[in-house]
Amino acid sequence: MAAVMAPNAPVMNGHGSGRAKWKHLDTLLSRPGAYTDPEAFVPGEVPIASLDNARILVIGAGGLGCEILKNLALSGFKNIDVIDMDTIDVSNLNRQFLFRAKDVGNAKATVAAEFVMKRVPGCQITPYVGKIQDKDEDYYMQFNVVICGLDSIEARRWINATLVGMVDMDNPDSLKPLIDGGTEGFKGQSRVILPTMTSCIECQLDMHAPRAAVPLCTLATIPRQPQHCIEWAHIIKWEEERKDIVLDTDDPAHITWLYEKALGRAKEFNIEGVTYSMTQGVVKNIIPAIASTNAIIAASCCNEAFKLVTSAAPCIGMPGTNNYMQYTGDAGVYTFTFEAERKEDCPVCGNLPKDLSIDPEQTLEALVESLAERPESQLKKPNVSTGQKSLYYSSPASLEEQTRPNLKRKLKELLDDGEEMAVTDPAFAIAFRYKVRFR
Amino acid sequence: MATDHVPTPPPLHDLPTAKEKRYDRQLRLWGASGQVALEEAHILLINNGSGVTGIEALKNLVLPGVGEFSILDSAIVGEEDLGVNFFLEDESLGKFRAEETVRLLEELNPDVKGHAITEPLESFIQKDGNLKPFTLLLVAAPIDYASLRKIRDLALASQTPLFYTHCIGFFSHFSVQLPPAFPVVDTHPDPTATQDLRLLKPWPELQDFAKRMSDGLETMAQHDLGHIPYVCLLLHYIEKFRSQHGKLPESYKDKTAVRDMVRAEGKDEENFEEAYAAVLKSLTPPTIPSAVRDVLSAPETQNLTSVSSSFWMIANAIQQFVTKYSVLPLPGAVPDMKARSNDYITLQQIYKTKARADCAEVTASVRSLAKSTNRSTKLEIPANEIENFCKNAAHIHLVRGRPLQLITPGEKPSFGDRAKALRSELTNPESLIGLYLAFLAFDDFTATHIPPVPAHPSSPSGVLVPGASDSTLEADTAKLTATAHTYLDALIDESGNRLEDPEYSDLKAEIEKYCTEIARAGGAELHNMASLTGGLVSQEIIKVVTGQYVGVDNVCLVEGVASRMGTLKV
Ligand SMILES: [Zn+2]
Repeated sequence: MAAVMAPNAPVMNGHGSGRAKWKHLDTLLSRPGAYTDPEAFVPGEVPIASLDNARILVIGAGGLGCEILKNLALSGFKNIDVIDMDTIDVSNLNRQFLFRAKDVGNAKATVAAEFVMKRVPGCQITPYVGKIQDKDEDYYMQFNVVICGLDSIEARRWINATLVGMVDMDNPDSLKPLIDGGTEGFKGQSRVILPTMTSCIECQLDMHAPRAAVPLCTLATIPRQPQHCIEWAHIIKWEEERKDIVLDTDDPAHITWLYEKALGRAKEFNIEGVTYSMTQGVVKNIIPAIASTNAIIAASCCNEAFKLVTSAAPCIGMPGTNNYMQYTGDAGVYTFTFEAERKEDCPVCGNLPKDLSIDPEQTLEALVESLAERPESQLKKPNVSTGQKSLYYSSPASLEEQTRPNLKRKLKELLDDGEEMAVTDPAFAIAFRYKVRFR
Repeated sequence: MATDHVPTPPPLHDLPTAKEKRYDRQLRLWGASGQVALEEAHILLINNGSGVTGIEALKNLVLPGVGEFSILDSAIVGEEDLGVNFFLEDESLGKFRAEETVRLLEELNPDVKGHAITEPLESFIQKDGNLKPFTLLLVAAPIDYASLRKIRDLALASQTPLFYTHCIGFFSHFSVQLPPAFPVVDTHPDPTATQDLRLLKPWPELQDFAKRMSDGLETMAQHDLGHIPYVCLLLHYIEKFRSQHGKLPESYKDKTAVRDMVRAEGKDEENFEEAYAAVLKSLTPPTIPSAVRDVLSAPETQNLTSVSSSFWMIANAIQQFVTKYSVLPLPGAVPDMKARSNDYITLQQIYKTKARADCAEVTASVRSLAKSTNRSTKLEIPANEIENFCKNAAHIHLVRGRPLQLITPGEKPSFGDRAKALRSELTNPESLIGLYLAFLAFDDFTATHIPPVPAHPSSPSGVLVPGASDSTLEADTAKLTATAHTYLDALIDESGNRLEDPEYSDLKAEIEKYCTEIARAGGAELHNMASLTGGLVSQEIIKVVTGQYVGVDNVCLVEGVASRMGTLKV
């Protein structure tokens, strides 16, 4: 066993400075633990150097992102990048603790990075204000671990597909562990993904089924709930009366307009309960968010990153072991930690096309709509083709026009039973392969 | 620009205030009443050791707008604090940790007031009434044993909720001590679990409506058929079943028979699909959950006084209602379903009207109880509180708070009336009871070891933790493990139920691993674990302070190696 360092002794790590500040961390890293693998964990300088050298990418500087940046800085990480395209809103201040009222309107990534660097000197955080899609593989190749704290399923799917696509079997460094956190109210999850080796976000997509949309005819003719009146104002009335104005859900004047329309409709149908707050909630699809759940999930993600980089204890996510922690906090405290399994027919990391059971009498239009709703696909702007032909393209406009007539045709006219069909979506970098099965 | 639409109506009254905007995402969870309760709270953190968990918990309470917080901590900021505590900065070195953490936490929310108390804990708690201003106490280990005992006893006497937490290396724990009766009305149950449609016990107005809606169903035009609310469809088929079988469809077999009837006439309509899916869960006779029965028969419900809390007064009135009708008041909510607007609204009104009538009856009982118990008019129970209770009656939750379990240094612990239940945890592979025993052993260790040199101003308040120095690491690990093993044996003995091998040896090995990790950390907190534990503690504090949601009763454990959490009741 390697020599155990005294916890108080400064560790010479080539930076020349004492590490008195890191006493707590170094105590743990300087001693073997009950779960450490003697092969993988050499107490002392090695894990400390690993922290010094690791480069971490944080996607999202919101509720989870603020916590993640703080946690990484105080876990001894020195090189962090953060990407977020959003600016700070007043409703962020109840949990995004790196922001103050004076920061409202500024870029989240920049303000968060500056704050943490000031509070934890020696930690370098590089912000990028923009979309993850702006960056290419060379950019993502620089990092050792990617941690996601996002509320968008689309961004998660994009980075997942990108990281899976980057894996080159001849280059072990091309495999970037992805740690993903998510919260909703008192609930959340954290998961560790080793692209191509363990279950990926796309494999697990059906665990995050989208909420069922209210049928348009209910909104148009038989509203029953205050939400129906709001959706009517949002989807139907705005188009009818203000289609020249782009709806900005952050503009109080726009929300007020929708609110008034919804209120009028609710009155007409004797429906109670339309409020401004509900209007905002429905239109912006607001998910309740609190500091405590963000803290729990972000810390769980960073704990896994810390274990992964230092080997100070085994992390979850290794092939054949648990990789997913589901957290529920609204009734007691409960976690379910399990192994989400890889799917051979995963459109991102699998090798086989996914079976798609369809009714041959259905139209292509119905199929295109169902691709948006199916929990395992959730493709909003699909382009559908087979080996031979383009069946439907949502964009660009010229192709859309050209393929639009196919929408009304029955599937049996366009496809053969057992034929392979490719679906792409501009939101994702990969093609989803389906094997058509006639019902 | 659209110029031809109707002029804008007068200004709206419910536009959000600045505060509602800031707190929007949390008000959607605990509402205005929860927020008021939070803003009336004053939390005291009694901080010890490296003290990060408590600060992280306070962060999550200051952000949503807790009223006030105080930090009792006489430590001076040392360099090692800067690498683990986010609410300290380089300039904090050498200053009181309480003052610096208060200052930087206060920055998070201008509406929250913080106070630093730098007096040593030992003297602070000797003074009568010093703990009085606080609505909730949060104590961080490692703490001087006598002080912890004193705080626990004071909290018990004043019925002030108390949280006690450990966070060491990859493991953490917290215990909750609540008053002997801690009722929760707003438990926020899963909406699908709250449906109470009374389909097997309909009242005349509902029956009439259902009859009207489903009249001539067999010959109805497809479009009309497709718009019968599924509640009416089910009532129709229940009635049909009853006329055929002379009884209500209560057994599983009966329910599937009803389901088959729905399917047979379904004709692919959405409302028939809804009815089909609802049969099994909706065709249940209204029952009163045992937890609710316990509340209704509790001594506090039975023996009202002029100063009984409103909860017990309403519980007594509900008990009268149950005695009379054998059911709880109707909650009155109707799920959305395929229907024409008018029909749905009428159905909704039928349920609401009945719920209101039930509530009026309960309210009348409450008012008459107030009279018969000579309740002061100052203590009059608001109507909306009674209404809320009636709505949530099937989901009310009563915590019988228990005293924080404290070890007696050098002695075997006692698990009392929980020994048998805890013994059964020993054979549950998911249970983290071994970790709990390790933390109890940690407290025994700190209570029985005196620091060799006078403590440095910034070191834990005169407490020696296992693994504090490399030279004693091995011995400390062995000592901690031996104590935890003794506790395991004590629990098994007390339960009177032996634990055989291999379970016994496996559990001992597991406990040894926990103890090894705890000693390895030498009292150090890892920031991630402190932040996670602070998150859990703040969540549970919010539940206690708002009186909403079901909280941990009464021990929570976090195992950060396997990424698991679990609860125990001790
Ligand atoms: Zn996959």
